[in-house]
Amino acid sequence: MENPGSTRRDFGPARAALDIEFRKVGKVFASRKGQFEVLRDFDLEVRKGEFLAIVGPSGSGKSTVLNLMAGLDTPTSGTVACHGHPITGVNSEIGYLTQHDSLMPWLTVEDNVAVPLEIRGIPKAERRERVRRMLADVGLGGFEHHHPNQLSGGMRKRAMLARTLIYDPPTLLMDEPFGPLDAQLKVVLQADLMRLWNATGKTVVFVTHDIVEAITLADRVIVLSHRPSRIKLDEAIAIGRPREVHEARFAPGFEDHYRRLWSAIEIGGAEKTP
Amino acid sequence: MSDGPTTPPSAFAGKLRRLDAVWFYRALFLVAFLGTWQLASGPLLDPFWVSSPSAIGATLVKWTRSGALQYHLLVTFKETATGFVFGAAFGILAAFVIGSSDILRRTVDPFLTAVYGVPKVALAPLFIMWFGIGLAPKIVLAAVSVFFLVLFSTIGGIAQADRKMVDALRIMGAGRFTVHRRVTFPSALPWVFSGLKLGLPYGFVGAVAAEMMASNAGIGFLTQNAAGQLDTAGVFAALFALMVVTAALNEGLGRLEHRIFRWR
Ligand SMILES: Nc1ncnc2c1ncn2[C@@H]1O[C@H](COP(=O)(O)OP(=O)(O)O)[C@@H](O)[C@H]1O
Ligand SMILES: [Mg+2]
Repeated sequence: MENPGSTRRDFGPARAALDIEFRKVGKVFASRKGQFEVLRDFDLEVRKGEFLAIVGPSGSGKSTVLNLMAGLDTPTSGTVACHGHPITGVNSEIGYLTQHDSLMPWLTVEDNVAVPLEIRGIPKAERRERVRRMLADVGLGGFEHHHPNQLSGGMRKRAMLARTLIYDPPTLLMDEPFGPLDAQLKVVLQADLMRLWNATGKTVVFVTHDIVEAITLADRVIVLSHRPSRIKLDEAIAIGRPREVHEARFAPGFEDHYRRLWSAIEIGGAEKTP
Repeated sequence: MSDGPTTPPSAFAGKLRRLDAVWFYRALFLVAFLGTWQLASGPLLDPFWVSSPSAIGATLVKWTRSGALQYHLLVTFKETATGFVFGAAFGILAAFVIGSSDILRRTVDPFLTAVYGVPKVALAPLFIMWFGIGLAPKIVLAAVSVFFLVLFSTIGGIAQADRKMVDALRIMGAGRFTVHRRVTFPSALPWVFSGLKLGLPYGFVGAVAAEMMASNAGIGFLTQNAAGQLDTAGVFAALFALMVVTAALNEGLGRLEHRIFRWR
């Protein structure tokens, strides 16, 4: 395990060290047009404290994998376990930054971010203080009293990130979180995420279509094939930590990772980007 | 409305002028309408059947002097308001109970639709049998009329609640109550409001209809009583009072709605 950083958790015996586990998972969506098989015999182990990136062509089932982890979808066959027990129903032991916007338009940014604290019965004064600090951390200081429709897409993403981080879930699922952001902001937020991950030792499952981003951030990158999906390539990233996000791409080994991941996806038939 | 890049003050003045103009035309229309009616009543139309604005005005003044108008208005207002509050409260509550379970909703849906299809006025005789001729049957009829409109509208609104927001909240650990308070209710609120706005005049109609059938007070009684005495001016005066009350109630609801949905 190449996870330096003194604050990381110790790994226990093999089973206890698993955060999320897929065992022979099958997922079939039934629709009017018939059966739609997305996953077949899908096995995956996510270790505690690991940063796992998932890449793959669109429609290959990346979001479905996260939804299964979150308990929003149930497997058609096989089991998905989280923190050692099978998931039945919505999994509230994780934080999930979804691909789509789920801020409540009738609440201000501050009130949106405070909702998880409110659910946990944290007193109002403390809530306000923690929300203020968290919003400053994600660069939304001064926007406390704005409503979501007064923010840009990138700012809404950051508000959602703040809402997910504020209750400190041990496991973080992120579905193309930085996709719609401009390049500079993306690097800034990637760096923030790295810092946070280094400091807290959270398990992160990170879906992206950006191979550079995957290699830069992750301990391990898996490539999904076309439907029905399996893991086509499981690539451990050998770049040392801590990493500087804007320098990782010049690290020795980056190019090899890139080439292998790229050809795995390319054969899958994804559109080509430089 | 927007006519290019104008400076705020002049845009505001323009808006004001347009608003003034509309009010002017409205007043003009009203004067023309009442004037024509007044002039036609007598030479062209038999005042026994159509009365005239001046006779109606005189009746209104007479009723106001004697306090009869205020008294009957207040009775009808009390019935409508009480029925409205009960009907709306139970309608919203029932919608949340029914709307929180898909199976329950689909089970009761045909029954509700069947009951909803019955003209509420047809229930008046039954309520009069059950509750006598006092305020109770009017309140119940008003409440039932409001109840169904608010119920259906709110159930529709609950079904519209964004699944993704609900899921996001549940992952954060929210229970059913928090999901309702933070997502389902706020997103159903516009539908609740359209149900209320639709329900209000129906509640009023319910109260007045029950009054017309059996009572000794209220605008419906006043109308019925005047008609019984072949007092056309009295009937029109009562109808006029009805019109003013509904308009005022709707205006009040509209303002409340505007205040609540400021985030839009
Ligand atoms: N609830 C659903 N019902 C039917 N089909 C679905 C549902 N969710 C996803 N799918 C289908 O499953 C496939 C995988 O979807 P998804 O996991 O969103 O892919 P990705 O995130 O990799 O783009 C897609 O082809 C999609 O149409
Ligand atoms: Mg997706």
